[in-house]
Amino acid sequence: MTRPLYRPDAVDRRIINDLQEGFPLSPRPFAEAAARLGLGEEELISRLGNLRRRGAITRFGPFIDAAAMGGAFCLCAMAVPRDRFDAVAEQVNAFAEVAHNYERQHSLNMWFVLATERPEQIEAAAQAIEEATGLEVLRFPKLEEFFIGFRVTA
Amino acid sequence: MTLDATERRIIEATQAGLPLSPAPYAEVAAGLGLEEREVIDRLAALQARGVVRRIGIAPNHYALGMVANGMSVWDVEDPAASELGAEVGNLDFVSHCYLRPRALPQWPYNLFAMVHGRSREEVEEKRGRIAALLGAACRQSDILYSTRILKKTGLRIGRQGKA
Repeated sequence: MTRPLYRPDAVDRRIINDLQEGFPLSPRPFAEAAARLGLGEEELISRLGNLRRRGAITRFGPFIDAAAMGGAFCLCAMAVPRDRFDAVAEQVNAFAEVAHNYERQHSLNMWFVLATERPEQIEAAAQAIEEATGLEVLRFPKLEEFFIGFRVTA
Repeated sequence: MTLDATERRIIEATQAGLPLSPAPYAEVAAGLGLEEREVIDRLAALQARGVVRRIGIAPNHYALGMVANGMSVWDVEDPAASELGAEVGNLDFVSHCYLRPRALPQWPYNLFAMVHGRSREEVEEKRGRIAALLGAACRQSDILYSTRILKKTGLRIGRQGKA
């Protein structure tokens, strides 16, 4: 999933900065967002398609808060033997409950987030991953959240 | 579960992304046999309830040159952790900040703060600012740089949730 660096031009940057904040809920939302940016509707649509193809944006759509639906998130970590790393990553990623997964430099070298609709599904998913991989899954559920809302300035 | 059947279908239909066409909500509605108005109203209601945090794009930090992405972790004395965590979370370069349980003996850290930058030097400089803020209340710390995104999809609801 590593993508080459994409250097957005000035217009792309404005699109990325603006559309992190929100997208209109109206019949012609691209036209509305484009007007805000001083662009045409068609140009905005084609630039978003390009940004998505080039991997500069990973998602475009509604962001769901699992907790607000009665669901849950849990950060998890595993110490994966080097020679099995890619195979284990494939096993872990195959679980629909795994929302993000990152390789990190540490003896705990795989960090992923489980997101489920009901809190009790977290434990089931973590256990299923332990069974599938034969590796211990450390669970780090959040006790307190201090901030979420960071925006990248492109 | 606080979603009714229609809300669930709308989220299922849009969670992988909105169509890139002039009338995306009409397209979603057509696929579900609903009116465009209903899709828009329902998404607005979900947003008002906080189920949908926002509708927008998720930029790829790496692709945008934010190639240094460090999960800074801190072993902060419990009585001070909540108050100090809030201060760390307020720093403008921290994207997420959480208090989490330790997993002793292998993991002594309870405060997690994600720091992004265009270089590791930039991230280390920011990490130093967190260290200064925590002061003596922090007993030890580390930073885990990400070297690869293995998956990034966000929450998926659907078949797994109906089990």
